[in-house]
Amino acid sequence: MAGTTDRRIANMDEQLALPRKNGELVFEAPWEARAFGLAVALNENGLYPWRDFSQGLATEIATAEQKGISSSYYERWLTSLEKLVIDKGLMTREELDAWTAKQALNEHDDHHHHDDHTHHNLHVH
Amino acid sequence: MPHEHHGSEHIQAEIDAALRTKALEALLVEKGLITTDVIDEIVRLYEQDIGPLNGAKVVAKAWTDPAYKQRLLEDGTAAIAELGFTGSQGAEMVVLEDTPTVHNVVVCTLCSCYPWPILGLPPTWYKSFAYRSRVVREPRVVLREFGWELPESIEIRVWDSNSEVRYMVLPERPAGTEHLSEGELMPLVTRDAMIGVAKVEAPQALQGGE
Repeated sequence: MAGTTDRRIANMDEQLALPRKNGELVFEAPWEARAFGLAVALNENGLYPWRDFSQGLATEIATAEQKGISSSYYERWLTSLEKLVIDKGLMTREELDAWTAKQALNEHDDHHHHDDHTHHNLHVH
Repeated sequence: MPHEHHGSEHIQAEIDAALRTKALEALLVEKGLITTDVIDEIVRLYEQDIGPLNGAKVVAKAWTDPAYKQRLLEDGTAAIAELGFTGSQGAEMVVLEDTPTVHNVVVCTLCSCYPWPILGLPPTWYKSFAYRSRVVREPRVVLREFGWELPESIEIRVWDSNSEVRYMVLPERPAGTEHLSEGELMPLVTRDAMIGVAKVEAPQALQGGE
């Protein structure tokens, strides 16, 4: 990776603007930071141009607003990212669903086997 | 876009989103399209470089190191480069010192020139036509709207950035912070203070205890 921030990502405007406070990015949960990093990393690895992601995000935001769905910025970000990786042929919907189900089972098991360690699944920043 | 974070539906959506994100990451790693380290690195980079942290370091150093402050006011570009930060696309950096009698405010009346490597991203209002046109005509009124009532005795100077010169305000060090170190001062310095629309406040614990 280039080791610098990309202004096209950082400066996305208006409804696409990244949530910030005092100019800094705000992630309300660790998964939001991961979802952010995933979308940027895939772009940096050349798997899609940033425009494809930002257009998908704009569509997702517009659809949610239209339907009155009160999802958060990064929930919409994640949904549009899932659609994009499938559209780009990086995975199929079936694969993703299967891995999500598997992930849910793992977490379930983990909670049963390591009750003393409830926060092990969070990436803390 | 504030969101209410109560209600079991929302909690479920959060749990699902966390799971979906993990599954997506794990699958992309499995396919060799991404590594976990790269994601860590990107998040760290954007969290650090996007904010006004670099500018805050410059201000805190100037407050605690008089020789540095002198160099900073004489040649902003070079003094900022000493800390490893470069200006925007080669634009010259000029640092404006606030004093008990003069306060500085930065604007870009033509577009939205901004020293982004130092201050991070410009706030939306900085780019607005209202700020760009009004801060020049009636700075005192605009500052009052930001919640800062400046006494008439203080002269306000408004500086118009352009593609060659980017300005940054060196705010006054708040009273009661004389014993604080550079590292303790840094988090007090906000983006708005370096644009000149807010005062740097001493930490709550130090306020009113003089």
